[in-house]
Amino acid sequence: MADGIEPQDKILLGMYGIDKSFLGVPVLQDVQLECRPGEIHAVMGENGAGKSTLMKILVGVYQPDAGRIELDGAPVRFHHPRQALAAGVSIVHQELNLLPERTVAENIFLGREPRRRVGVDRTAMERDASRLLAALHADDVISPRALVGRLPVAQQQLVEIAKALSFRPRVLVLDEPTAALSPHEVDALFDRIRRLRADGLTVLYISHRLKEIFDLTDRITVLKDGRRVDTVRTAEVDTRRLVHLMVGRDLDHYYPPRATPERIGEVRLSVRGAGAGMLHDIDLDLRSGEIVGLAGLAGSGRTELARLLFGATRMATGRLEVDGRARRLRSPRQAIRCGIGLLTEDRKSEGLVLQLSVRDNSLLAVRALGRGPTRRVGLGALLDRVDLRGSTAREVRYLSGGNQQKVVLARWLATGARVLIFDEPTRGIDVGAKASIHELMRELAEAGAAILMISSELPEVIGMADRIVVLRQGTVAGVLPADASEAEIMLLATGEPDRSGVGVGAVADGGAA
Amino acid sequence: MTVTAPPPATAAPERSASRAWRLLRAVPPIWLVLAAVIVLIAWRNPTFVEPAPFLAFLRRCAPLAVLAAGQVFVIIAGEFDLSVGALVTAVVVVAARLSDGDAGNTWWLIPLLLAGGALVGLVNGLVTTRLRVPSFIATLGMLLVLSGAVFLWSGGAPRGSLADNFRQFGRFGVEIPGLGQLPYAVLILVAIGVGLWLLLSHTRFGHQVYAAGGNPRAAGLSGVDVRRVRTAAFVISGLSAVVAGVLLGGFTGVTAEAGVGYEFQAIAAVVLGGAVLGGGRGSVGAALAGALTLQSVFTLLNLLGLAKSLRDAVQGLIIIGAAAYAAHRLRRSG
Amino acid sequence: MTTSTMSPSAPLRLAAPGTGSSSAPVWFVFGGVFAVAWLLVELNGGQFMTVDNLQNMAVRSVALGLVAVGQTIVLIGGSLDLSVAYMVSVTAVSASFVMQGDPDRMALGIAVTLALGVGVGLVNGLVITRLRINAFIATLGTSLVMSGILNALFTNFTGSVPREFQALGYNALGPVPVAVLLLLAVVALAWYTLRRTRFGYHLYAVGGSAEVARLSGVRTDRVVVTAHVLCSLTAVLTGLFLVSRLRSGAPWVGPDGGYDLESIAAAVVGGTALAGGRGTVAGTLAGVLILAVVDQVFNEFEVNAFLKTLIRGVIIVGAVALYALRNRRDEEVF
Repeated sequence: MADGIEPQDKILLGMYGIDKSFLGVPVLQDVQLECRPGEIHAVMGENGAGKSTLMKILVGVYQPDAGRIELDGAPVRFHHPRQALAAGVSIVHQELNLLPERTVAENIFLGREPRRRVGVDRTAMERDASRLLAALHADDVISPRALVGRLPVAQQQLVEIAKALSFRPRVLVLDEPTAALSPHEVDALFDRIRRLRADGLTVLYISHRLKEIFDLTDRITVLKDGRRVDTVRTAEVDTRRLVHLMVGRDLDHYYPPRATPERIGEVRLSVRGAGAGMLHDIDLDLRSGEIVGLAGLAGSGRTELARLLFGATRMATGRLEVDGRARRLRSPRQAIRCGIGLLTEDRKSEGLVLQLSVRDNSLLAVRALGRGPTRRVGLGALLDRVDLRGSTAREVRYLSGGNQQKVVLARWLATGARVLIFDEPTRGIDVGAKASIHELMRELAEAGAAILMISSELPEVIGMADRIVVLRQGTVAGVLPADASEAEIMLLATGEPDRSGVGVGAVADGGAA
Repeated sequence: MTVTAPPPATAAPERSASRAWRLLRAVPPIWLVLAAVIVLIAWRNPTFVEPAPFLAFLRRCAPLAVLAAGQVFVIIAGEFDLSVGALVTAVVVVAARLSDGDAGNTWWLIPLLLAGGALVGLVNGLVTTRLRVPSFIATLGMLLVLSGAVFLWSGGAPRGSLADNFRQFGRFGVEIPGLGQLPYAVLILVAIGVGLWLLLSHTRFGHQVYAAGGNPRAAGLSGVDVRRVRTAAFVISGLSAVVAGVLLGGFTGVTAEAGVGYEFQAIAAVVLGGAVLGGGRGSVGAALAGALTLQSVFTLLNLLGLAKSLRDAVQGLIIIGAAAYAAHRLRRSG
Repeated sequence: MTTSTMSPSAPLRLAAPGTGSSSAPVWFVFGGVFAVAWLLVELNGGQFMTVDNLQNMAVRSVALGLVAVGQTIVLIGGSLDLSVAYMVSVTAVSASFVMQGDPDRMALGIAVTLALGVGVGLVNGLVITRLRINAFIATLGTSLVMSGILNALFTNFTGSVPREFQALGYNALGPVPVAVLLLLAVVALAWYTLRRTRFGYHLYAVGGSAEVARLSGVRTDRVVVTAHVLCSLTAVLTGLFLVSRLRSGAPWVGPDGGYDLESIAAAVVGGTALAGGRGTVAGTLAGVLILAVVDQVFNEFEVNAFLKTLIRGVIIVGAVALYALRNRRDEEVF
């Protein structure tokens, strides 16, 4: 193991031999992580590599099945996040954990409000909140009395960090803190993190953006399929090496062959000048037989566009045509009638009714359309097509992520959808199932479907798409051919030149199993 | 059919044994509880399971069972209907005044009452889904409006009386040689039970009710018109309350307190049948079993000589126990 | 007044955006209702702003107001208490039973009822948090248990409270009735508790998002249990007030007053969210007063009691529909 840890180095935080399984599926196996005082340590890995799970074990949200955690050389065991906080380990979770109806100060000191005789000492609380925000150089923009729900997302993020810092941590875990930030805001955040390091704080930094890892961190621990691959000094590796560590094989290998030009047929769905909410002036054509990759930073409007095309948000401006006929989509119901299907990013909250069976979930849309009993759907044939085996009476919450995605796919095959929108189709899905989802997508395209695939994993976009559309700030920044590089995509997505020159990737994402 | 696909060729007898076990486990536990309570009653009073007394027992159960079968739609769709008790009272009072003891009025009176029940359900549904008033408040408002309006109209106390051919539904039955009288109420209960069971478990609409309550966002994104489905559930509940009111009016006669407490009893029966408040789970069969169980427990308490007022206390404990059991089972299955 | 708009794009799916913590809109509505009431009565040739009238309205608000304050507390915490009506009865009956008209036993009577309140609140809270039962079902269950026991032990007015105790219901300090002072004191105390103590902060957090509160180290179960104890205690105060007016307690005083559903309605009219995390006692007080003013006008015009019930239902639903309209999310299609 090329740990590069010299013996004289002090280890502030150590995790050794960590194992964790969910429902018998191993998520982490024998994972080791060592952090020195005052370093910024990146944890990287593909989607489903186990990064978030490892962090949740560290802060006491999950209990490890085996292994030990040491802080300053002393073994610790956290059964509740409270204990981790008390021991000096704070985390800023990927999803914001704030109460929108409460003020900034109330959120920061939730659970530890300063007291004065019987009541809460608001003055002291607001003063301390100001001080914490000042440490982040945010006291001039965020008032401790502001309601959190009214702050922009970037400021809410700072409130989260201020809250984490209020515990006076020795280790601060930042899980994808830049997902919703603009480049300018990212720079400002990095300045703040570096200043915290200068004050002696140890930071564990989780991100899917290689550029950020290179800009910010001192060392990198790479996870793959629940195991630690290596821990390296950031200064000693380049992009190629890091990607190789994470992926462990050639990227092209995964993906089915692209469409040949003659397979690409007529336009199935087209929008011109579409806009609603943050989206504006969007032109887009989806052709039968073609997979269009939709890339863009988080917050660029990718999911919003998917919902717009599906009628889940109404189009304020522009026109939309399906198979050459102008349509107004007022609800998902109408979109489905027009032959459009959406596979949502968050399967559990928007895709599936978890307590219903495979059968009921697969047939949900067909039944909802109610096109008369004449149209009989062969469930068996349907599930064969998506390659899903096992009883159809199982409740879908017991299925793996990959099989859940197949159920959603079966739903749209049942309605005979000819335009399919995949929003992050392989998020939280293991590598094997991923390949079979990709193959299915290609098969569907070959059978004549028009497919729009949204993904924050650039290799997936590059590997799958016949054409790449890049969004930036709510509109199409450009269209790239199939063989575009990650750097080209990021250039369009950020709208600024790629200074470091390395391929800036969005190789991995946080969703733990 | 096996879930985890173990080695394909298992020994046949072992498999049929485990299948029998699985079948037994698939029976909603409320049926087993009901069977146990009936056995207990029969042990204290063997005549209870003879045809005539048992049919009389079922007739007593019918109004609550019909209400529960309607309420379960609303609960599975993720809402409450607190207005059914007031609606039952309204049906009895309105029927008495309009019927006025004249048999000639019955033929138009019953469709009119059903239309009224559907209208009440429709308003509940529209206020809940369109005005976005939580159904707890919407149906509470309906409860107040109904009880106010009905007595305002009837002048404070029930007036008139029910014609005999109106009362027959709750009171009389068909004579069956050798068996005695088969009450109409039981026939109606069976017909409605089967009908609603088919509607909930074997139609597109029924599947959409489960989806709308289980995950409204996913259902909406799959093309389910969640608002329409929920409104329809309220209409079904309203209609079932009318039927319950007709049966009850025939059985107990005209009083101003005909429906008092039925809204909570119906919800209790549904919860007893394993439905979960919040939506997505439950079934008509189990709701009916819940209603029968509740009623049979009351019978048992009578037999044991407990004070009538203690019925409430026992009912409360049963409800808490059933809900705790359901919560425990849900947690264990992840 | 216009504190309701909030950025709908905030990616937080914790609670509906809303009015923050201001009760100003409700007081504004109260002002409007009061002015209209005044105008109507004066135009009718009556006198509205008399000491008698105002006292009358205030005293009428006390019984509902006390328990509504407690209901607001549990609602903010994302729970609900349907057992308050029987808690009121239990208090009224046990107070008069223990005191037996003897001034020396007053302290004992009060102590017994407070202890009962703490006990029932603990049971409610523990059943909800430990057994993980929906609050609706849990408190419905405890309510039934209380009603059963109470009705089994007492069938009519029992015992009496001493004349000294009736001061609570009838005496006044200058123009202000003692009971109104009690209500104001309870409101002030609740306001302080919610706004200025850790418990209050944690209560809003638990109601807004139990998960966020838990991750922040709040002991969420304790908060919910405490809220239920406080709610039961306010029901005890209502019971004591009622028994001081009636001189003797009967099992039906609570349910006849409809304190379970009415207290929820008053809180919701006052801007408290049924889903939890939002609400103020000042708003609830305004809600209670709105209902009292409307009642007063009805009395002035000698409106039929049933019409009052009807209109009350419309007001409750209408108020909640208005809040829902104000908080409507943009661009949600289904």
